[in-house]
This record gives sequence, structure tokens and C-alpha cells, in this order.
Amino acid sequence: MRIELIRRPEHSRTMVVLSPIIAIALTVIAGFFVFLAIGVDPLQALYIYFIEPLTAGWSIEALFVKAVPIILVAVGLSLCYLANNWNIGAEGQFAAGAIAGSVFPILVPGWNGPEVMVAMLVMGVLGGMLYAAIPALLKIRFGANEILTSLMLVYVAQLFLDWLARGPWRNPEGHNFPDSRPFDGGQVLPVLVGSDVRISLVFAVVAVIVAWFVLRRTLTGFQISVLGQAPRAGAFAGFSQNRMILLTFLVSGGLAGLAGICEVAGPIGMLRTTVSPGYGFTGIIVAFLGRLNPIGIFFAGLLLALSYLGGEGMQIALGISDQITRVFQGMLLFFVLACDTLIYYRIRFVRTGQHPAGEAKHGRA
Amino acid sequence: MEGLEGPLLTIITASTPLLLAALGELVTERSGVLNLGVEGMMAVGAVCGFAAANLTGMPMLGVLAAILGGMVIAFLFGLLTLGLVTNQVASGLALTLFGLGLSALIGDAFVGVPGPGMPKLYIPGLSDIPLVGRIFFAQDFMTYLAWALVIAVWYFIFRTRGGLVLRAVGDNHVSAHALGYKVIRVRFLAVLFGGACAGLAGGYLSLVYTPQWTPNMTAGRGWIALALVVFAAWLPGRLVVGALLFGAVSYLALYLQGIGVGIPSQFLSMLPYLTTIVVLVVISRNRTLLRINTPACLGQSFVPDR
Repeated sequence: MRIELIRRPEHSRTMVVLSPIIAIALTVIAGFFVFLAIGVDPLQALYIYFIEPLTAGWSIEALFVKAVPIILVAVGLSLCYLANNWNIGAEGQFAAGAIAGSVFPILVPGWNGPEVMVAMLVMGVLGGMLYAAIPALLKIRFGANEILTSLMLVYVAQLFLDWLARGPWRNPEGHNFPDSRPFDGGQVLPVLVGSDVRISLVFAVVAVIVAWFVLRRTLTGFQISVLGQAPRAGAFAGFSQNRMILLTFLVSGGLAGLAGICEVAGPIGMLRTTVSPGYGFTGIIVAFLGRLNPIGIFFAGLLLALSYLGGEGMQIALGISDQITRVFQGMLLFFVLACDTLIYYRIRFVRTGQHPAGEAKHGRA
Repeated sequence: MEGLEGPLLTIITASTPLLLAALGELVTERSGVLNLGVEGMMAVGAVCGFAAANLTGMPMLGVLAAILGGMVIAFLFGLLTLGLVTNQVASGLALTLFGLGLSALIGDAFVGVPGPGMPKLYIPGLSDIPLVGRIFFAQDFMTYLAWALVIAVWYFIFRTRGGLVLRAVGDNHVSAHALGYKVIRVRFLAVLFGGACAGLAGGYLSLVYTPQWTPNMTAGRGWIALALVVFAAWLPGRLVVGALLFGAVSYLALYLQGIGVGIPSQFLSMLPYLTTIVVLVVISRNRTLLRINTPACLGQSFVPDR
């Protein structure tokens, strides 16, 4: 038996909506077998992973706390990917934002009025933007592959953060823990609802709405998608490829940086050797699961936040490594990409050796 | 001269995993497929190799398991990108994320367990030659394999009919298909070869380089291997130069740390990553070299019309 792909004359609108749902269902089914393989009761495990976090008030709050940085990162990345710029270094830009944003609360600890937060947020955004400008400029100026340079910079940023938190920025009164001094007063983001959902949720929602508006209603948004899908057509229309590389990298870097400073000035409350459990990489998955559409990304971000909570729940309830989260996230991205094929192709199972004669020629990719 | 022996040995051991992984990726990319999942395949290879060697006590079985592990998840990648024509960049990223997670999950039970070492193979007579003997003829079996593989891959790509088909598929899949070559089959085999090499490279890390398992022990080497392929302009000979360069950088970082210069260790650890960026910039300026050698269909999906 052989599987044949047949290009649809027009992309399927039903599948655009259905494919993420099918992907999620397939991930749950695959998860069933993963749990079976590692020797836990699959139904109980699936319940702990996917349902239990939604049953308590505090965990729904935690869901939003985790979703905020993921959504901020993913919205920026989606603009990059739409323009065919492969920034995969958001994890590094996140760290750069966290570091730059922490300059004031750590070096000028006495400045803790409400106005310091504005300075911290601006610094965080700038830090992420400047850090993302490096791979963008290397691509524009030298043609260096942005996938590899942006990823290499992740390691550099993480090592630099590690040095800061253990070395010059360590809290002298911190009993030798590799943490900075805890932020206080205006250096901490105000709480919006509950105990830990902060004003950063508003930033994420605003980012989603602005990105949606830019993509749907502005010339810049149009240029992004033209240059992404048909660079030659874009060039003939006079759109600058280089300008778009820089713009999308700066925006995604800035949003990742904002997520970084919101994390250290919010749930963490200080600078540490690590400030993210992989939000920068999870953002990539969320961007795709959300179909590179800001509104889709909002919901995809909540789902991936659930995957973190589920992983933590598994560790507590069943003693399984929380690395299960990354397995689930990887599987989900696999299935999302596979299901996207259904939008443009029909799948047909053909028995080997039988070639239907006289069939119309199909397009090729 | 005696003082050179240590550094050279360190450089060779540090460059071997990069060489292995990059060699596999070179073949994959020559067929026109960009597999960004090298890091994930290495991680799975490393954990499979370590687990098998540890459970059976036989390092050679570990090597086989590493190769097999890399191939199994490369198979997944092939299924997606070749069978379902998914975006290769995104699928490669998915492979890396999945591979790193899966390896950490499998390896959970093996953290902190000492691993069986890989015996060194002394080539009788030759290994007694001063200086060169210890470096070239007293390595472990996997190092020999890596260097033999460079020659084999070079010979295959440029001196055999199979290699010609591989390049044809990578440079123009429409014409190759029209000539009757099985584009998808060739690419699938190339992806599996890449997986086997990356798995082996991972096995080298967990069985020879640091005989133990720690999560994320690949530490970006898969990505550096990808950069090496670009640096080498898809030519196996240049790959050796690149891998040795990175071996030398790793040695330098260790050496400086050892003699205790006033540079924090984190900055020394940054060296390989910064070198990768510099190397990419330098090579990318040489556009003619890249234009001549880059497989023209790299990263493009192909659906055969029947």
C-alpha cells in the first residue's frame, strides 16, 4: 500500500479550522501510548495532565500566568515566520530582556516608586530588540543563516545571565544563593486579579490585538505576507526585504524581551540563573498551532500553558519527570504540521502496483 | 613535541562528535532535505547508547542502539517532510524539541549512573610510534569510524553513480524525477543516514567523551554541526577542517579554564557558540563558493506527479 497526496484545487477552509483540533486529539491519543509505555495508568495520567489543572481556581490562575510570556513570544515570532524569517532565538531574547530590564532594580535598588516600572519595561523591550537585531543585521549584511545565529545567541545569553546571577549581580545578603536581590515596591508588576495574574496579561492581549490589526488592516502587514509567500513579487512591488527582516526581528525580539522582564518583575520577582522553562521555544510551537494568526495564538498559548501545568502535576502526583512536557509539546508540533498538510492536499491510499490510467496530472510542490 | 600530544588528543576527541553529526547532515542536505533536528537526534542517540551499554554491559551494543535510536526518530522526520510534505524547518525544530524531551524522559533513570567506558584500540606496532602513534593509532573504535566515514562519504558523493543520483536529486528534483530516479526514496535513505550519524555522534558523547548521561548533554553540538555543513560548503574535506577548528576552540576553553586566567568560566563556555557565529559570517561573505555548492533544492518539498 502507498500513500498518495493529491493537491486540492483550492485550500480547504474546513481543514483550516479542523486541523489544530485533529492535531490535539492525535496528541492525546499518542500521549495515551506514551503513558502506557512508561508504565502508568494512561487514563489517570491523561486526567492529571489535561483535566485536573482546569478544576481548581488557583491552577486556572497559574494557567494565565504561564500563558502570558508564551503568547507574547509567539505573537512576535508569528510575524517573523509570516515574513519567512526564522528567528528561533526567542529564548535568548527573553533572557536579554530580563537582564536589561533588571538593570535599574539591581543597580539602583532604592528607586522603587511606581515610575521605575516604566523604565524597566522600556529597558526590557530594548534589550530584546537589540539582541534580536544581531541575527537580523548579520543576515542583511552578510547573508548569514539567521536560524543558526539566533540559536547560538540563546546559549550566549543564558551563559551571560548565569554569570551575572552568580557573580556581580548576586545578592550579598542572599546566603550564597545565585539570585539577585528581590525586587520590591514599584519594581514588581501590579497584580490584576487573584494573587499572581499581573498587568502583563493586558500587554499580551494588547499585543494580540495590535498584531491582528497590523496584519489585517495595514500596508506593513500586507508587505509581511507578500514578502513571506512570494519574495520576488514583493521585490517587484518595491517592498524592501531587508527592511522587513529588521522590522520583524525587532518586533519579535522586543516582545520576547517584554515577556522576559515581565517574568522577572512578576512571578519570579528577582533575577536568577535561569528565568524561563523554555518559553522561547514553546513560543515556536504556539505560533504554528495558532496558524500564525494572533487570535489563534492566544488560545494556543493557553493550551501550551496547560502542558506545563500538566507536566508539573504529573511530577507531583506520579513522580514522573516533568520532561514529559517537552515530549508532549514536540508531539503536538509534529501533529500540527502533519495535519496542516490536509489543508492543501487530500490523502489517498493506493494499493501498490495499480496505476489508474488516464488520470489528470496533479500539481507539484 | 611531547607537550603537543595532550592538546591534539583533546582536539580530536572534541571534534569527532561534530564531525560525525555534520557528515550525516551533509549527506541529508546533499539530497535536498534540510533536517534541523540534528540536536534532537543526537540526544536520543546519546541516551539510547548509554542505556543499552549500561543495561547489557556491552559498549558495542550501546553504539548500535545509538545508531538505531537516531534512525528511528529520523524516520519520523522523513515520514513528515517527505510523506506529508510538511515544512522542513518547522519539522526539524519539532524533532529537536521532541528529541530533547524524549531523551530526558528515557534518561531519567540513568542520571548519575557511571557508564561503561569504551576500550581504546591500539593498532599493534603503529601505536608505539612517538607522538603520531598515540594520536592516530590508539583511539577508540568510534574515532576511527568517524574518520573512515569522511573518506567513504567523499568517495560516495563524488566518485560513485549513487552519489551522482544523490546530488541530482538535491540539485533538481523535477529533472531527477523525470529521469526516473525515485526522489522520495533517495531522500528518505539520506535522512536515515543522517539520523544514524547523528545517533552515533550522540553515542560518542555518552559512551566516550563523557561516559555518563546528563539531560541536554549535547549542549548545542547538533546546531554547531549544522553550521559546520554550511562552513564546509557541503564538501566533506572542508568538514574536517571545520570540525578540527571547533575541537581546537573547545580545547582552548578547557585550557584557559585549567590554568586559571581571570576570565569567568561562562565566558569561556561561550567560545564555541561565538565561533559558530563568526564562522558563519565569514563563510557567508564568500557567496560564490556557497552558490556553486549549495544543493539547489535544499529545503524544498517535492510531490511526484504520477
